[in-house]
Amino acid sequence: MDPTQSQQLAYIAGQAADARVNVELETDEGMVLNLGPQHPATHGTLRIVAKLDGELVIKAEPIMGYMHRGYEKLTEVRTYPQVTALINRIDWLGNFANEVPFILAAERLMDVEAPPRAQHIRTILFELSRISNIALFLGDMAVQLGAVTPVFLAFRDREHVLNQIEAVTGGRFHPNFDRIGGIKDDLPAGWIEETHAVMVKMRKFCDEIEDLVLGNEIFQARTRGIGVIPADVGLEYGLSGANIRASGVDWDLRRDNPVGLAWDKVDWKVWTHPDGDSFARYWVRLQETREATKIVDQLLDTMPAGPIMAKVPRIIKVPAGEAYIATENPLGEMGYYLVSQGELTPFRVKIRSASFSNMSIAPWVLQGTYVPDVVTILASLYFILGDIDR
Amino acid sequence: MISTFAYELSYWQQTVLRVVGGLVAVLLPAGSFVYLYLFKMMSFMQSRLGPMEAGPYGSLQLLAEVGKFAQKEDLIPERADRMVFKLAPYVVLVSTFLMVIVLPAGPDMLMSNFDVGIYLALAVSSISVIGILMAGWSSANKYSLLGSLRATGQLIAYELPLVLAVVGVVIQAETLNLQGIVFAQAEGDIFGWGGIGNPFIFTQFIGFALFMVAIQAELTQPPFDMPVAESELVTGYLTEYSGMRFLMFFIGEFATAGVFSAMAAVLFLGGWYVPGIDPNSDWFNLLGPAVLFGKMMLVSFFIFWFRISYPRLREDQLQRLAWKVLIPIALVNIVATAVLKVVF
Amino acid sequence: MSSADTETEGVTTDAAREAAVAEFAEALGDVCLETHVFPGVDCWIRVATDGWLQAAQVARHELNYRYIDFVSVIDWMPSPYGRDMDTEQDRDPNAVADVEAMQHGVTGGDTRMQAIGRVHSLITNIGVNIKCDIPDDTLTLDSWISVFGGVNWHEREAYEMFGVAFTGHPGLRHLYLPGDFEGNPMRKDFPLLARRVKPWPGIVDVEPMPDTGDDGGGES
Repeated sequence: MDPTQSQQLAYIAGQAADARVNVELETDEGMVLNLGPQHPATHGTLRIVAKLDGELVIKAEPIMGYMHRGYEKLTEVRTYPQVTALINRIDWLGNFANEVPFILAAERLMDVEAPPRAQHIRTILFELSRISNIALFLGDMAVQLGAVTPVFLAFRDREHVLNQIEAVTGGRFHPNFDRIGGIKDDLPAGWIEETHAVMVKMRKFCDEIEDLVLGNEIFQARTRGIGVIPADVGLEYGLSGANIRASGVDWDLRRDNPVGLAWDKVDWKVWTHPDGDSFARYWVRLQETREATKIVDQLLDTMPAGPIMAKVPRIIKVPAGEAYIATENPLGEMGYYLVSQGELTPFRVKIRSASFSNMSIAPWVLQGTYVPDVVTILASLYFILGDIDR
Repeated sequence: MISTFAYELSYWQQTVLRVVGGLVAVLLPAGSFVYLYLFKMMSFMQSRLGPMEAGPYGSLQLLAEVGKFAQKEDLIPERADRMVFKLAPYVVLVSTFLMVIVLPAGPDMLMSNFDVGIYLALAVSSISVIGILMAGWSSANKYSLLGSLRATGQLIAYELPLVLAVVGVVIQAETLNLQGIVFAQAEGDIFGWGGIGNPFIFTQFIGFALFMVAIQAELTQPPFDMPVAESELVTGYLTEYSGMRFLMFFIGEFATAGVFSAMAAVLFLGGWYVPGIDPNSDWFNLLGPAVLFGKMMLVSFFIFWFRISYPRLREDQLQRLAWKVLIPIALVNIVATAVLKVVF
Repeated sequence: MSSADTETEGVTTDAAREAAVAEFAEALGDVCLETHVFPGVDCWIRVATDGWLQAAQVARHELNYRYIDFVSVIDWMPSPYGRDMDTEQDRDPNAVADVEAMQHGVTGGDTRMQAIGRVHSLITNIGVNIKCDIPDDTLTLDSWISVFGGVNWHEREAYEMFGVAFTGHPGLRHLYLPGDFEGNPMRKDFPLLARRVKPWPGIVDVEPMPDTGDDGGGES
């Protein structure tokens, strides 16, 4: 990478970040294209300033912060239950999964353990969030590539999962259901049978998508060999989740980092793919969705009886200490580094969000690709703006 | 024109009929495609209903759309080249109207009995490339520029398979006259059996497939819609157009789809001919347009079905398909047709 | 399984994490100042300021901690705006909180700002937090970018949120905030602007449910 080119683009990006409008600046070599904050391809308000030579990307620089809400500052003045309501909205598609690492970190510091039934239900809701999140991805990546139909199928079938989440928690997108010491309410009657039926539907959906999208020759021509990320580069950049498993690294926090939830009580498989290209990332996520349906089925069958909330005081004061808990969220590894000084509110919460690290590889991987491939690669890395910007 | 009904029309009456006929030939396919295929068929294939509010089953949605576009503000970007910007939609429409001239809808229902009809139609269809280039260039928008440059490359590349696919038909029909091609199919026979005539789709099935792929690309429909790639370029060369100007492009796109489908019906499916009735009879002057319309709807059903199902090819893959795959197949098809024509 | 806790006489020990920090302490020698293990949960080491980059190199190249979790900064100054959700300062901007003593976290420290980086090993499935004091007068630290390319954005965020500069970083500029933003928002003495703009109404009592006793009542 030519340092002057890099400095030039950094200057442009800095200027562009300052400008309040989509100003496009000309340089001597190459055209600067601004895939601006309002664009159908970016999942939210992300801006990519790309220097092009015809249709070849010489250098690309993402600019973010259009959705920065200052979560880490806000958590310093919120009590622990209030923080739970807040952090639902970081990755707004994998709704329940955001709350879990924070609650677990607080529980570790308080030395409280949630009863087995609560852990079980947490795991089920976690996997349901994963299914609904990745189902959207499966349709969404297809529409980025031009196939307008699978996304409707994805939304249609995702509704069933969201209905199940709503039946338990009362909220489709922001459940706010996890509590320190357990969960808020027990399952409604008949929920287990309904969820079994929904899992059957989701497996059918996965098969349909595999046929419709993965088997399509044009999809394969557009995604095979595009955006190859070798495993060691991925690890160096902190890539996590399906992105790193698609590069062949056999690492899944559900299996390798037990935090007390019920994944070690069921029989499931970690999917990897050796290629590391966009096709591999799509393929791994499809297999993971199917695997998640199987996990949910097994968990539903082995649900223990018992209380759903451990004994915790009404006013929660977490004792002084620090802890980092990370879980395998739908987008990747999400973790909370919780610093507590024994007050009602946390002292510092560092939110390690998956998409932040997943996106940081974008300048590296977008070099030398074509403009259509930029869309493919970004779609396959699958980031959520709320996760990047917090 | 309609002189065999023993009713001679004066020249100005014929002209009025021709103008009305031309407009109908352009607007009717556009309207029916937009409603039937774009609104309803696409919706059903995506497990949703489509517009249902305006009129029974959303049938008046077209009227609402036209009204919406007509009442919009006429926006032209500040740095755009005004005259070129305004002229571009009309250039695209002109090519559509010019193609309708040679399309036969009955033994006497045609605008002009051109001896080199098909040659004119294919030549004139390239004018739309200029219109697209004008639209993208004058928009003062980098997305439009990218879109129109992609379109230019794509449309020029796919002209060749289009033309070469037709050459096989011409060899078999022994004439470039479109009316002559219809008659050749009507009066021909398949190995001696003249029951349904000789629609060229049976012998020219490769040519038909090539023609269908080429018109999908000429219309910039998915899987060849790089110029209008919605997820990358917003709307490509159309990005800066709004209101009536956008409606012109929109109508032009669907009307061109209609005209190309009609062309495919004429070349491969027998045009306005239905087996059983003598091709020279006067009844075909009334029945012919309806038959042609039906065949056109059938062909365009496939165009829109592909549009809805497939992702889009990248520009270089698209060009590779045209130059390295379709053109060699077309050349082989021509040689085979010529050889078999002499043999049989 | 990543951690095997053994209970001996009511005290749990975490063999894997103890081994991990011992490895670090041995490889770093004098540079590693303190270590701490929270059994079953996490482990920390604190290194001297000039050993920050060396710790990263040792972690990646010698001890095989190839995965970078995050790099950030903790500001240990007690907030002058109070820590509670419902403080005087939110209602009366001129009120001053009682100044408390600065307490540091698990591995101690001397300065107000501490950098924290977390690296993870996929072989042992252990993550180690590496802390380091940031000198108050210069507020600069070595950049880890020569070891882990992915800390680019983490360090840019730390720069804009805390004002800590990283030497060796190729393009230290704002990540989230506009270029001309004044101040470093995550510092404790930077107020939460939302509370300054609109005063916090305090803990509002939840409204009682509407009375179904006298007016129309189906359900009891």
